[in-house]
Amino acid sequence: MATTTAPPSVINAKLNGQDIQTKPGTLLINLTKELGIEVPAFCYYEGFSLQAACRMCLVQVNNSPKLLPGCTTIVTEGMVIETESPLVVEARKSMLEFLLVNHPLDCPVCDKGGECELQDMVFKYGAGESRFVDIKHHEPERPFSPVVYYDPARCILCYRCVRVCDEGYGVNALGVVNRGVLSEIAPNLGDQLNCDECGACIDICPVGALTSHTYRYKTRPWEMKHVGTTCAHCSNGCKTTLGVRNDEIMRANNRDASGLNEEFLCIKGRFGFDFNHHAERLQSPLMRVDGELQPVSWSKALAAVASKFNAVKSAGGKFGVVGSNHTSNEENYYLQKFARQGLGTNHLDHARTGDVVTLVDALSGKNGKLAVMADLYQTKAALVIGSDLAQQHPLLAYELRRNFRHHQARVYAMTPGPVREDSYAVAKARVPFGEELAALESWREALAKEPELLILFGDSIKGDAVRRLVDFGESLGIPVKYVALVDYANSRGAIDMGLVPELLPGYAASGQPGMTLPEMLADPKLDVLWVVGADPLAGAKLAGKPFVVVQDLFLTATAAAADVVFPAASAYEKKGTVTNVTGELQRLNAAVKTMGTKPDLEILGLLGKEMGLDLGIWIADAVLEEIRRNVRGYNVTMPILASGGAALTSPVNGRVNVASRPELIRSAGDTLFTSGTLTKYSQVLNSVPERPGQLYKPV
Amino acid sequence: MSLSLSATTEARWQKILDAYPEGRKRSAVIPMLIFAQDETGIITRELMEEIARRAEVEYLQVEEVVGFYSMLRKQPLGKYHVQVCTNISCMLAGGMELWQHACQSLHLGNKQTSKDGLISIEEVECMGACSWAPAIEVNYDFHHHVTPARFDEIIAEIKGKG
Repeated sequence: MATTTAPPSVINAKLNGQDIQTKPGTLLINLTKELGIEVPAFCYYEGFSLQAACRMCLVQVNNSPKLLPGCTTIVTEGMVIETESPLVVEARKSMLEFLLVNHPLDCPVCDKGGECELQDMVFKYGAGESRFVDIKHHEPERPFSPVVYYDPARCILCYRCVRVCDEGYGVNALGVVNRGVLSEIAPNLGDQLNCDECGACIDICPVGALTSHTYRYKTRPWEMKHVGTTCAHCSNGCKTTLGVRNDEIMRANNRDASGLNEEFLCIKGRFGFDFNHHAERLQSPLMRVDGELQPVSWSKALAAVASKFNAVKSAGGKFGVVGSNHTSNEENYYLQKFARQGLGTNHLDHARTGDVVTLVDALSGKNGKLAVMADLYQTKAALVIGSDLAQQHPLLAYELRRNFRHHQARVYAMTPGPVREDSYAVAKARVPFGEELAALESWREALAKEPELLILFGDSIKGDAVRRLVDFGESLGIPVKYVALVDYANSRGAIDMGLVPELLPGYAASGQPGMTLPEMLADPKLDVLWVVGADPLAGAKLAGKPFVVVQDLFLTATAAAADVVFPAASAYEKKGTVTNVTGELQRLNAAVKTMGTKPDLEILGLLGKEMGLDLGIWIADAVLEEIRRNVRGYNVTMPILASGGAALTSPVNGRVNVASRPELIRSAGDTLFTSGTLTKYSQVLNSVPERPGQLYKPV
Repeated sequence: MSLSLSATTEARWQKILDAYPEGRKRSAVIPMLIFAQDETGIITRELMEEIARRAEVEYLQVEEVVGFYSMLRKQPLGKYHVQVCTNISCMLAGGMELWQHACQSLHLGNKQTSKDGLISIEEVECMGACSWAPAIEVNYDFHHHVTPARFDEIIAEIKGKG
């Protein structure tokens, strides 16, 4: 007799004597979490596969003769669950006693001490005494890589690190070898790791088994203050929380899962802060005296530059102003205002890394076409063109992969070489740069069948190709969103703030002629070249002999050729905002200070004052207010920003009436282990053995 | 590839690999390891790398398997590997005494090999031969109801074969 009944829409159960209702398919451990009842667990980790290895979450269920693990038990109709019965309490205590059999009690020196999950659980659930009287099994700690260290004795074999590496990052660099008490985590090269060196395994470790080389045995967690800010490196805009002690950054992570990256960070976000403390940081203004750069006081350097600027301005001379992909929106806005209003020049540019301008123009009149970070995790289908995401845009790659794991997103990868997305993509194609649009036609039919599509494209698609790509996307007859990939922390903000001759902030046409960066360098009659946070003279020569003023962290090739150099504060040393690749605005917060430096905004302000200009106050919050009032798309909601969130900017929805300059757009082709001019100054990035090289550099 | 296996082992590998569909070759890892060990008596890094390549898994995943199973070994044992069960049924029927006899008569300890490389002994857990306890296994051959006297006969046979 076959009868069919509709699946129930609600499950009734009893939890600790209370009648409760929940959705079908709910894991017991998630039910208790929703209700605020703690069921402790080590191996269970939201978002990753279930392991049931640690046995900490055992609970009593009416119809089972044995205790069941809450992390793999689904709540069923009529279930009677006890999470605090004497049997459960005893089981937890026993499990902890068992875990502590071989776990060393070296908490006083362990990096994890004070924020260790095992410590917290023993504190809460007991196991103060051990019946184990034999000698503990011990193995010495060992380096897995220049950033990851492993202490087998502390390991409780929860498999979190193995899963975050396999499932989260798709790297498969960690495994568990041997059996029973001899089991331990092993790296993929036998005794060394060959991986992304991201350090996610360190952060996800509930105990002190995996530790970071840069942080180990240096400080205790409670001695640091924690400053949430935005990563200074690539354009993905991960939130990173800096642990600071005595004006030194000790570590970076994002364990509170705040921000658009949640816990994700790559090697640059987690360890790449070390450029900040590099010995070669400039700490005093420099001025060329008798052909040599000499340290001088701020007042002397400012006075010299101001008088030169005023002289050139009154003589009707030629200024060339170069902005940065790294400086904040406030600084970029103030710089373009300084150039246009203060110096009366429109010769203003920066190193362009992606064609956002043409994309915004091609999408004019259409709403909701620019993807945000959350779309990477939500979209049903995505098309990656001409970028090795895992190398160049690690957060985007991670989110796309997470989307595939959780929602079976269908990914299409069209790249010149093999990429990590190949392993799960529904379609992959090896297409040289510049030939993608023609090759796309063969996927037209398949793409048109998708319910929606997210297109990510690198710098091989620029100028007219962007328009043709948008035409292609819009002709599919499905909802399509786009991301123009750009290189650095504020590459997007540099365009948005009008650091180009043809555009004012907010994509308004400037209507003024102005020299581009290559034109400035090639102009023999240039009187002043003012470079803020960029290095245009690395690999390029000046045609003329302009007075060169540079603001930078280090003595770059450009700074070395300058007449005056101002030591600038880094992104981790100032307030402000940056805009990431998907147009989301986030705060920079000052975590530390390097003696002798000033934020670029303050340098601009002081220089303007010294020149007798009235450009408005140079406090980051005040400039942000001005940006919110004046720059289209930037009138963002302040509480989101103030609470450490990412506020979505919305660039103009009309035509951008300027000629696109695709010939100026070129990605630097950075990988996971390079970060433009900062690469040289990060010891960590240079210490890891992996050398993927400059991938996918267009010719 | 420095690894060279006999045509028989290659054929056994191919048969097991063909038995699993694309993307599921991982299932062949354990049989491939055993077949190769049957021939070479030892599992080397080259062998694990080759299996990882053919079964389309990471090298580390093969290493995990080898580390977990005690019958897969990275150290060479005797030509005749004598495994004596001392698990509960065998122990009740004299398995423990049999194991002690084996150690004393051969002057070998657990997982040790005779100087001529002919015989090695190992104390093992249940082999599923409880009804005929105490049981021993020499390579793949079972011997049931083994007494110390019968054990000596078996050893003599082995030595006779060489």
